[in-house]
Amino acid sequence: MSITVLKPGLLTTLQDRGRYGCAMLGVGRAGAMDDVTMRLANALAGNGVDAAVLEITLIGPRLRFDEGATIALTGADFPLRIDDVDTAMWQPIVIEPGATLDFGVARHGSRAYLAVAGGFVVEPTLGSISTDVNARLGGFDGRALREGDTLIVGSDASPDSHATTRAPDVRGTALARRTRNAHLKGSHQTWSLDPRPWFDADFATPIRLIRGAHFDALSAASQTALFNEEFCIDKDSNRVGFRLDGPTLILAAPLELVSEPLVAGTLQLPPGGQPIALMVEHPTIGGYPRIGQIATVDLPRLAQRRPGDSVRFAEIDLDTAQTRYLEREHELLRLIGAIGERLTS
Amino acid sequence: MSAAAHDFAIESLGETALLLRFGDSLDAGANARVHAASEALHAAGLPGIVDIVPAYATLALHYDPSAWIDARDGSPSRHIAAAVHAVLGAPPERTLHASASVDIPVCYGGDLGPDLDALADHAGLDAAEVIARHVASTYHVAMLGFAPGFPYLFGLDPSLQMARRATPRTHVPAGSVAIGGVQTGIYPSELPGGWQLIGRTPLTLFDARRDPPSLLMPGDRVRFVPIAADEFEARVRTLRA
Repeated sequence: MSITVLKPGLLTTLQDRGRYGCAMLGVGRAGAMDDVTMRLANALAGNGVDAAVLEITLIGPRLRFDEGATIALTGADFPLRIDDVDTAMWQPIVIEPGATLDFGVARHGSRAYLAVAGGFVVEPTLGSISTDVNARLGGFDGRALREGDTLIVGSDASPDSHATTRAPDVRGTALARRTRNAHLKGSHQTWSLDPRPWFDADFATPIRLIRGAHFDALSAASQTALFNEEFCIDKDSNRVGFRLDGPTLILAAPLELVSEPLVAGTLQLPPGGQPIALMVEHPTIGGYPRIGQIATVDLPRLAQRRPGDSVRFAEIDLDTAQTRYLEREHELLRLIGAIGERLTS
Repeated sequence: MSAAAHDFAIESLGETALLLRFGDSLDAGANARVHAASEALHAAGLPGIVDIVPAYATLALHYDPSAWIDARDGSPSRHIAAAVHAVLGAPPERTLHASASVDIPVCYGGDLGPDLDALADHAGLDAAEVIARHVASTYHVAMLGFAPGFPYLFGLDPSLQMARRATPRTHVPAGSVAIGGVQTGIYPSELPGGWQLIGRTPLTLFDARRDPPSLLMPGDRVRFVPIAADEFEARVRTLRA
């Protein structure tokens, strides 16, 4: 089964959950920016959560499916159309052979995830299919998709053997019927996932931030400003980092730092005074002061915001942030299990 | 080396990584302790460790908090920190294997090292003496970073130290051997960069399809071996063939 890229969109890349184990070589993690809705896309398509998906950014692609397939789309809200028929996200969708998917321009949020049952057939690079756009490795020739590219989809769907044997039944019957009636929105046959609480309907919610190693080195006014004033995501923001416009933050006294390992979610403060939130393609090491660390649970929420969106920070301590993370993973895994049961029942 | 391995502090890098601090400067002793600790932690095989990243004086331990839930104390970060102290506080069970020693052929100067003359002027030496001093040292890979396979090397002769260029180049060719401040390094792929370019190696520093992908590993020893331009060209041709 193959998918032909008719229009690539702004930045459409293959991503899985990231590249682990080679940060010591200077190879970063990359992976899906919003690893929560990415996993839900895979679950809805009947895949294991680690399967590679397409990350679609702001302006979506146009894709032709040469054969039939089951797909699911989650994340940023795109006006998805299949052969010119409006189609809802957050549900399994059966695609007819030869059908064309058109994503249009995101109405809310910035990154959507397209999972195709069976996953994409790509040779992993250093253990991962994720595209590292900066390092030009992984994914589809280490780059974003272009017009005319052909993606191969695997035939072996499903997270486990049990689902493998049963998934075709699902695709062949109820789901297919619903997709043919896709214009009948809200038809009683339809079920879809409620995006909440996995995707923010309102980006005014604060992003929780742990004090960083160098928070205490900020001036008193800057410490106050960090947690009380509003920042705005600069246009020069990408998968490497989000630059935050707002009050200029300054150190009480200069710091002499040597480069140290970095993690996604670190809020760095370069000399210019505009903090940078490191995202999934961040360098593995760096030497700017680390004034904060975005709570892991809120990193996918920040990743969905786009240049021009505002950001406010609310303080959280490490233990609470870690507890929230474990709670979220528990809930997410429970939901993924429930989706699997629904698909095979 | 192992005697001082437990002389470190543990900080957090958020909920998914610990930072082990062995110092806070570009110090070869601290860096050696970083690599010893890295090796000991690799050997210990603690659960849920997803990346171990050595830097100059610190080491990051990336972990999955789900693997460190403790029934009596809900905090994975404290639980794993205790485990790290246990690993690094104990004497090593076996001798740490010696780091590799790698010779890197370099063609100095000319088009391949366009900043060699500027460095010679800056150092008050002639170009031949700069080359002689650059190949005389044995270097250590303090860390890899900036780009996949980019080695930051300790051991530069102090007389060859030179600040980065005021305006970085947008395209530094792969294999360029360069000096930035107190360090020397090698660009593994074509990258933007501000270091002073003194020569180029025909070797491929990083190839994701190769095993291992990186020619150099953290802690390895490196020596530079001067080669002539025709040998450089011949080796590049062989690599491409």
